[in-house]
Amino acid sequence: MSEIAAAAASWVARLRALTPARVGLGRTGVSQRTSDLLQFQRAHAQARDAVHARLETAALSAAIGAISGDDVMRLNSMAADRRVYLQRPDLGRRLDERSAAALADLQIGRCDLSLIVADGLSALAVERHATPLLESLLPWLEGWRLAPICIVEQGRVAIGDEIGAALGAQLCVVLIGERPGLSSPDSLGAYVTWEPRPGRMDAERNCISNIRSEGLGYAEAAAQLVFYLSEARRRKLTGIALKEESHLIEEG
Amino acid sequence: MHGDSNVSFCGASRFGYAKSTPMAFASTIGNTRYTFESLRELLAKATPLRSGDVLAGVAAGSAEERVAAQFALADLPLVHFLSEQVIPYEQDEVTRLIVDTHNAGAFAPVRSLTVGELRDWLLSDDATPERLAELASGLTPEMAAAVSKLMRVQDLIAAAAKIRVVTRFRTTVGLAGRLSARLQPNHPTDDAMGIAASILDGLLLGSGDAVIGINPAGDNVVATTRLLRLIDALRQRFHIPVQSCVLAHITTQMAALEAGAPVDLIFQSIAGTEAANRSFGVSLSLLTEAHEAGKELRRGAHCADSIMGTNVMYFETGQGSALSANAHHGVDQQTLEARAYAVARHFDPMLVNTVVGFIGPEYLYDGKQIVRAGLEDHFCGKLLGLPMGCDVCYTNHAEADQDDMDTLLTLLGAAGVNYIMGVPGADDVMLNYQSTSFHDALYVRKVLGLRPAPEFEAWLAGDEFRRLRLEANHPEKLLPV
Repeated sequence: MSEIAAAAASWVARLRALTPARVGLGRTGVSQRTSDLLQFQRAHAQARDAVHARLETAALSAAIGAISGDDVMRLNSMAADRRVYLQRPDLGRRLDERSAAALADLQIGRCDLSLIVADGLSALAVERHATPLLESLLPWLEGWRLAPICIVEQGRVAIGDEIGAALGAQLCVVLIGERPGLSSPDSLGAYVTWEPRPGRMDAERNCISNIRSEGLGYAEAAAQLVFYLSEARRRKLTGIALKEESHLIEEG
Repeated sequence: MHGDSNVSFCGASRFGYAKSTPMAFASTIGNTRYTFESLRELLAKATPLRSGDVLAGVAAGSAEERVAAQFALADLPLVHFLSEQVIPYEQDEVTRLIVDTHNAGAFAPVRSLTVGELRDWLLSDDATPERLAELASGLTPEMAAAVSKLMRVQDLIAAAAKIRVVTRFRTTVGLAGRLSARLQPNHPTDDAMGIAASILDGLLLGSGDAVIGINPAGDNVVATTRLLRLIDALRQRFHIPVQSCVLAHITTQMAALEAGAPVDLIFQSIAGTEAANRSFGVSLSLLTEAHEAGKELRRGAHCADSIMGTNVMYFETGQGSALSANAHHGVDQQTLEARAYAVARHFDPMLVNTVVGFIGPEYLYDGKQIVRAGLEDHFCGKLLGLPMGCDVCYTNHAEADQDDMDTLLTLLGAAGVNYIMGVPGADDVMLNYQSTSFHDALYVRKVLGLRPAPEFEAWLAGDEFRRLRLEANHPEKLLPV
């Protein structure tokens, strides 16, 4: 390597150390170099595959059943496939007929909490992180009356409202694959909703996001969820009001 | 006449302002008679297919119904738009702004035309840049949207390319033969060094002449002020002809301004209905207040042509925002987008851009829909007199990729877009979407023979730029102490 090239490489390395952004990319003419081009294409390909991957519900329900020691419900939204799901968010928020009937047949009486796992926009995130997160969370929930854990294919966050209402749950938590970023195809989100029922607004939920290996860890995410769940039960609400108060608690 | 199509209007209409008189429209294709109950329905069904209109339940039910609506729309007199509003005057302050500020004198040259005849006129040699500039305040956004629905991609480019809208702050943006870039140095935690690294990278690659604009991860006065001071110190140290902006909520920027922060451009996302703007936490009166406060600072400079830069507002828009706020009133998303431009033009903005592919596939499904929407937005904005730029972008759940972005970028360059975005490697690591890169800006300038803003071009060729390049070897020393 020439002296100039070495100096340039060291400058790029210093710049790169300051930000995760793709700074310091070289040029050929005015265009990007082949190696940078292909690295971008690889990241995009991984994000695309994450969006279009189908959730392996059989394996996931076996894994979750093993840690919860209970049956797991496998449900579907009204969005029949990814193409419909991506264009019709309204259908991803509602259960199909079979799933709604299955919940109606359950007759478990009232319960404190319904835990729901939905593929959302990244089945990859759910497959990687939902089971270990539940493993961290469940020990905190002794004494809570839990509904059977539900796994939903082609689901959006608000499908938890219909499920929670059908199960007579006071609270629901939806663990869902977030929209894949170029460098984060497997980010999981968790949404907490007090008294779930169809028509709840996004402002009435609390959200923990970026649960993944390079982001928020399982133990920390579980602790934050338990905080929201306990506070929600005490204050009988979730959403903006709870979030503001939690900041006061964290900062005070 | 239009081949086998037979178009008719029924119902009375009076050409007074501020009336919303629904009236039925119809056209016949073959043996099928298609009727459209209102201007709102006619516009929606004449709109080229996009997922957001299907989601809203306002799209045409078939390809033939769509073209039937286009036939009916083509024969609709422009004056009809003055008597029927898509959202009632009484219910919506954006409608009131559109009606109350309509310039009848500027409208006079096209007053006798139909929508179809307006398309023909726009593409004719009679429509000179001067005449198009004079027409802007005579057109309502619904007229602009209507004519765009009858235009193909090449029409949207050909007409827009004739319209120059030039604005000034410390640089002059929108001149013929020029293309500027907003340097967008976002960082997931607003880390000052991280942002400085991206700014440095962008400046060295010739981006930033539209604005250095940061989307902050956190919306608060302290962070906003800190980031504004960072850019301002860099600007003064290297005498860079640029303007800065931190794209926090407008109330946050105003609070920073009152606390003495160096505020250049004031930003806000806006939409085409009062209710959607309310969901953004803004109103026309709040925007007016911010505009006045920004102008009073007089931070603009004498630009290359000695004219003082006084355009202080920066707006972003995008098709689908009203629907996503459940505030669309049954109006199609492209017409609502054009109504957002009526809001923007009231405040003489420095910059306006649609963030065309950001909102997701439920509004614009794939590359084809995004490309057309970007060109529609650019055309409608320019026709209405706005300094239009475009965030050429997509998310990972849209059916789009870098090839689609290259296509839209190149077409917008041909259409004379004022500016595009410059993001390191096209990958916004804070907002998690893909926009255009510093390299992309260099590409489109090179292939179309376009140059940066004159003040910035002179700076790139001067001693201060050389000094920045030398000192860039130690990026950590570029921060204000």
